[in-house]
Amino acid sequence: MGLEPNIERLTQLEGIGCARKRREDPRFIQGKGTYVDDVKMPGMCFGAMVRSPYASARIKRIDASRALALPGVIAVITAEELKPFKLHWMPTLAGDVQAVLADGKVSFQNQEVAFVIAEDRYLAADGADLVEVEYEELPAVVDPKKALEPDAPAVREDLAGKTDGAHGARRHHNHIFNWEVGDKDKTARAFEQAEVTVKQDMLYPRVHPCPLETCGCVASYDKVKGDLTVYITSQAPHVVRTVVGLLSSIPESKIRIISPDIGGGFGNKVGVYPGYVCAIASSIVLGRPVKWIESRSENLTTTAFARDYWMTGELAATKEGVIKALRVHVYADHGAFDACADPTKWPAGMFHVCTGSYAIPHAFVSVDGVYTNKFPGGVAYRCSFRVTEAVYLIERMIDVLAQRLGIDKAEIRLRNFIRKEQFPYQTPLGLEYDSGNYEPALRKVMDAVDYQALRQEQAERRADPNAEWLMGIGVTTFTEIVGAGPSKMCDILGVGMFDSCEIRVHPDGSAIARMGTITQGQGHQTTYAQIIATEAGIPASVIQVEEGDTSTAPYGLGTYGSRSTPVGGAATARCARKIREKARLIAAHLLEVSPDDLAFDLDRFVVKGSPEQLKTMKEVAWAAYNNVPPGLEMGLEAVEYYDPPNFTFPFGSYVCVLDINRYTGETRVRRFYALDDCGTRINPMIIEGQVHGGLTEGFAVAMGQQLPYDEQGNVLGGTLMDYFVPTAVETPVWETDFTVTPSPHHPIGAKGVAESPHVGSIPCFSSAVTDAFAHLGVTHMDMPHNAYRIWQQSHALGLDRH
Amino acid sequence: MIPRLFDYHAPTSIDDALKLLGELGEDAKLLAGGHSLLPMMKLRFAEPGHLIDLGHIANLKGIRLEGNELRIGAMTTENELIWSPLLQERCPLLVEAARQISDPQVRYMGTIGGDISHGDPGNDHPALMLCLGASFVLRSPAAERVVHADDNFFLGTYATALQPDEILTEIRIPLPAAGSGWCYAKLKRKTGDFATAAAAVLLRMKGDTVEDVSIALTNVADTALKARDAEAFLRGKPLDEPAIAEAARLAMAICQPAEDLRGDADYKTAMAGEMTRRALRTAAMRAAH
Amino acid sequence: MSKKIMVSFKLNGLDTDVVVEPRELLIHTLRERCVHTGPHIGCDTSHCGACTVDMNGKSVKSCTVLTVQAEGAELLTIEGMAQGGELHALQEAFMQEHALQCGFCTPGMITRAYRLLKENPNPTDEEVRYWMAGNLCRCTGYQNIVKAVQYAARKLRGEAVETSHPLLGAEQSTEPVTA
Repeated sequence: MGLEPNIERLTQLEGIGCARKRREDPRFIQGKGTYVDDVKMPGMCFGAMVRSPYASARIKRIDASRALALPGVIAVITAEELKPFKLHWMPTLAGDVQAVLADGKVSFQNQEVAFVIAEDRYLAADGADLVEVEYEELPAVVDPKKALEPDAPAVREDLAGKTDGAHGARRHHNHIFNWEVGDKDKTARAFEQAEVTVKQDMLYPRVHPCPLETCGCVASYDKVKGDLTVYITSQAPHVVRTVVGLLSSIPESKIRIISPDIGGGFGNKVGVYPGYVCAIASSIVLGRPVKWIESRSENLTTTAFARDYWMTGELAATKEGVIKALRVHVYADHGAFDACADPTKWPAGMFHVCTGSYAIPHAFVSVDGVYTNKFPGGVAYRCSFRVTEAVYLIERMIDVLAQRLGIDKAEIRLRNFIRKEQFPYQTPLGLEYDSGNYEPALRKVMDAVDYQALRQEQAERRADPNAEWLMGIGVTTFTEIVGAGPSKMCDILGVGMFDSCEIRVHPDGSAIARMGTITQGQGHQTTYAQIIATEAGIPASVIQVEEGDTSTAPYGLGTYGSRSTPVGGAATARCARKIREKARLIAAHLLEVSPDDLAFDLDRFVVKGSPEQLKTMKEVAWAAYNNVPPGLEMGLEAVEYYDPPNFTFPFGSYVCVLDINRYTGETRVRRFYALDDCGTRINPMIIEGQVHGGLTEGFAVAMGQQLPYDEQGNVLGGTLMDYFVPTAVETPVWETDFTVTPSPHHPIGAKGVAESPHVGSIPCFSSAVTDAFAHLGVTHMDMPHNAYRIWQQSHALGLDRH
Repeated sequence: MIPRLFDYHAPTSIDDALKLLGELGEDAKLLAGGHSLLPMMKLRFAEPGHLIDLGHIANLKGIRLEGNELRIGAMTTENELIWSPLLQERCPLLVEAARQISDPQVRYMGTIGGDISHGDPGNDHPALMLCLGASFVLRSPAAERVVHADDNFFLGTYATALQPDEILTEIRIPLPAAGSGWCYAKLKRKTGDFATAAAAVLLRMKGDTVEDVSIALTNVADTALKARDAEAFLRGKPLDEPAIAEAARLAMAICQPAEDLRGDADYKTAMAGEMTRRALRTAAMRAAH
Repeated sequence: MSKKIMVSFKLNGLDTDVVVEPRELLIHTLRERCVHTGPHIGCDTSHCGACTVDMNGKSVKSCTVLTVQAEGAELLTIEGMAQGGELHALQEAFMQEHALQCGFCTPGMITRAYRLLKENPNPTDEEVRYWMAGNLCRCTGYQNIVKAVQYAARKLRGEAVETSHPLLGAEQSTEPVTA
């Protein structure tokens, strides 16, 4: 066999490694996507939420009579109406409960108070306006440290007297949990004996994932059949089905949850929100489809924030900068209800990846969860659970240490990296890193940007007292933890965090594959087909990939925390191998040889030593429906539920070069070079697109995003006027690069990539901004690095005109 | 995000519009581009019972030169300002500023007259009008009057000298002298944002000295501001760095910005100074000497 | 008060009449009454541009236009972009350059870019960024959108473009462009 035909067949397969164009695109570029708000059903009515203007208040009275008198208003529901169904409260993923509609008291501004159902969205808005609610305003607390003061107002009256929560003892009425990991004593000793220690407070502000499509659903209950169908903006439709089953007592077999096209998720669409529950409950009562679509402001101020971590990091090291220990304390502001979207046993998610890419012998982490009068959430905004916070902490701390010791920021990283031969590496906080090769990655980036020349230029700029623009260079060398996760460690509401794939090969050799994950822009319909193409020898072009419909797809935990490739992709690869191995039996039968005598060659089985004797997968597929070996079932299909043995640990090295105007605080990102190692690369085009997107979201977080509160608990900046979503003008041009260090435990060695650029870029921007002022003794600047805040730093240093 | 019910009127002449405005009184609002009014109505912060759409009145549009005056119909859009060859040649300050207003789609709809009439200190045209010495033609059923921008037209946040029965029909701008330098320096957080602070400068040089200068500031008080002290200081002086610094200081001295997420009063005042410097320097480079 | 009004416009070349309350927003008329669900609602406050349609030769955010303002208008939406069964160069370009991910901003992006290239057939990258700044995208970081607009600009100028999407190109023309 010559080389030529192989390349042709390889090209036709469009398997792993090819920059295959996306199969999702034709419908989107023609306006033919189907997002939740595009769903129309006969008799559909529309729900609108009445929300609290106060952060903390007692509800004295709700009068819906004027709303109900408006023609076209069908019903108004409050907690009272939901009580008989026990739906006025719902369990959260974090083991707490959350009010679906306020039960006598509101605990955050814009909290859901009443739900108005009307014939259309205009009448629903009019009706919501006419619901009169009388409040008695109560004191609010928005700062988690103040919330733990003895006389702080109680955020949650319903928890009065409860000394235990889902994660152990509560020590204060606003305390949710304390979570500790690591060896406290050994870490303390390392600090006592250290030549150098550094300590830094840092606030990771409250932000929001802000996908372009807001959250919403269409719930349709058929009173005759007893079936409930819900179209929903969910990153985890199967979990939603289980939750809806728990809440409604409808068997899961009669519940169909459909995540249609999703207009971006980024963690925002993992949770179950009061609007969904109200729409579902209304539909069950009314027997009519009910649509609820939130506005952008409702999205930004009620459905799940991210971050809000008030962190203190400490490093102990030698004078040469070799790190001996890490100690971290966090006040985790969870808002009014603990609706944090973490695996059940991990109240701070995977924050314990905070030892980063470095060989740190001892570490100890303590996290205190706190209630405040702010909206609930704690979702992973384009990252695995709390990993952005963890990576931010260690990357900032290592900069602080470098600065204290006068060691270059790249050099100190080189001195502390976990070395290639140390993998699999056990961290002091109990994780096992699968693979990594950090030093070559950093050196490649340093060469690409000519790091030494940049430092030289910066030295010259710093020497010029009249320079209007300060130059900052940021470096990060991060390690992520994704692909949750092993069911022995990770579950959601008791369901292990496996994922799944089902493949059916049709008689003509084409196939349909369904997964438990759900794409929200990642291109699963394209990339999963590539995995199957390589593993089962079926051209990707004839593989139909479907996700998101719980009535057809196998159960899976969904897409977030970069789970899809590490878990869903692994399930897909192994499922395709099952197809291949059954096909081998059929091919052997057809060729009248032993299965062991067959070699798999791209899209066919070839008799070893006799290459002219072969059966293609297409031929085998046909035979699967008419001529299988005795004792073998007909058909060619397989299912795989994959429980990963471990997480995967993608990593990267980033350098950011920016210039800051000392008089105005304006920043210009001159260069951003991002090298990612996500193991085996399935589709380089899609990887690059994911990296661009992740970097842009990281840029947004670092440079401008936050949802601040005033003292009364009013959330500020809840529209796109204030909440920073950069346009094409503000967004820098990105340079991307890669190395390949496969995961040893993943069937195809892939690790996941979409979140790394977000996780890795944010501390890189902070590193660069701080670096612009580092020669003046500045060790850390809190985000967001908007012009106003940067100017405040410049002003404090006397660099501005004053 | 749904407006309350209202009635809609689409007059095709100014007289008809004025008649409607007279009949409907305070319950009516004029609809120009709608990109300030409609968002307010969707939030139900504004709840007019009637909208009078000025979009179908042909003679409220257009840019022309009449004698030594540029005459711009109130319903002329920002995008039309940007692409006007007349303005590009004779009043590039307006073009440069319009390019910095909001975003492309909004500029197709947003009008110069709406921007001025709204009385929002965050809008850019008020300062531009002060800088350019513009005057406004205000029509009522009874009469037409011409009010100079600098003659107490801008009274406060959302308050102008426009009477309830009046419509701003035309903007008149004296042609900037040939050889004038210009600049609109605007600091904003992102595309689509209002200015943190902005400065409009029109500058005439004679050799190295300032023959005449006009400076106005956006969004650093409850109205746009004319920086008269700074102007007076600069006239007849060489435009060197110390003079620019002093002008910026004098401009900052009249600022009284409100704190918001863009910054506190100190920052916004400082930025008014920075934008004044930037605008003066750029205008000086562009001016004939 | 608030009598309903009949409004007539051309929607992607077809004469269309709707009867609406004056307060009805053009985006809702297009999506709910005309069942053109390509334009999307992303922000309600005229910031995101997902609702962008072309009205009388202008890109407008249809969440901030009253339907009654569209009386007599020529409206073009993403649904009208392909002509005679052929994709518009921009539609082809967005697939070719991987200029979309979740697809929610895409109809608005393409519709806006359509008008941009009518006004400036030969833009620089910076000009593309500047004139596309009324459209937000959360997925792509814009870099590939800029590339796609440039690809379409080249094609519309009659220059050669390299097409590699399996659903594009002459030899594949028998396969319908649906997914």
